[in-house]
Amino acid sequence: MAKPRVKVPKTAKAGEIIKIKTLIAHKMETGNRKNKKTGKLIPRKIIQDFQAKFNGKEVFRANLHPGISANPYLAFHAKVDKSGEFEFTWTEDTGKKWSAKKSITVG
Amino acid sequence: MTDKIHLEILNRRDFVLGASAVAALATVVPLGGNRALAKSVSWQETMKAVIGDAKPAAGKVSVELPEIAENGRTVPFTVSADSAMSSGDYVKAMHVFSTGNPRPHTISMYFTPGSGKASATSRMRLGKTQDVVCVAEMSDGKFYMGKRTVKVTIGGCGG
Repeated sequence: MAKPRVKVPKTAKAGEIIKIKTLIAHKMETGNRKNKKTGKLIPRKIIQDFQAKFNGKEVFRANLHPGISANPYLAFHAKVDKSGEFEFTWTEDTGKKWSAKKSITVG
Repeated sequence: MTDKIHLEILNRRDFVLGASAVAALATVVPLGGNRALAKSVSWQETMKAVIGDAKPAAGKVSVELPEIAENGRTVPFTVSADSAMSSGDYVKAMHVFSTGNPRPHTISMYFTPGSGKASATSRMRLGKTQDVVCVAEMSDGKFYMGKRTVKVTIGGCGG
C-alpha cells in the first residue's frame, strides 16, 4: 500500500542548506474510526516514525501521531558539506518498514 | 461540568497570558474521571507528558497555517524556530499540539545541526476550529512556544 516518494536536489554547493520533500502513501488509520456496518473500532495503523540520514548520520527524525493526515508528507532541510547518500526510513506501528535512498553531488 | 467550563475559559485566556498560564493549567486538569481522560486528553496535559515541567517562553517559534481550513482532513502547516543551528546552539526538537483535537499531540520532530534549518512542513488533521501550538526545545534546555489559530469548516478527525 505504502510507497515512498522523495525529492532531493541532484546537486548542491558545499555548505548549502537544501530542502527535502517526502511523501508516503498510507491511510494513517487513527484508531478512532468505527466500521459503519459492524460498529467496531477500526484498529490504529499509522506510520509512527520517520528518519532521514545523510552518510549514515541522522539529520531529521519525526514521531508521527494519528493527528497527521493520510499519506503523510514531510518537508525539512539538510546542510550538505560533501557528496553522499540520503537514506529515509518510515516505520509503521506494526513494525513494517519502508525505505528510500537518494544521492547528491556536492561541488 | 463547571470544571469543564472553567477549563475552557482558561483555555482561551491563556492565549493572552502565555506560558505562565500553561503551567498553572497543568494542575487543573483532572476532570470527568479516568474514562473521560482515556478518550480525550487536554493539550496542556499532553504537553506536560512530552516536555515535563518546563515552562516554554513565548517567541522564537512560528507556526504557519492557513487562516481558514476548508477541509480539516488535511491542513498544511509549517513550524520553524529562530536558531543558528550550529553545533553548540541548535533546536533539538519541535513538538506540535492541536489544542482542540481529542489527541492533541500531532507530531514531534527532532533536528540536529546537520538539519541546517529548524523548519519543517507537514499536514495535519483538525477536528474543529482551534489553536495549533508548537513548542521548540533548544540545545541549551530552554523551551519556546508559538501559536496560531485556524478556522476549520469541515472537521477531519472522524470517518
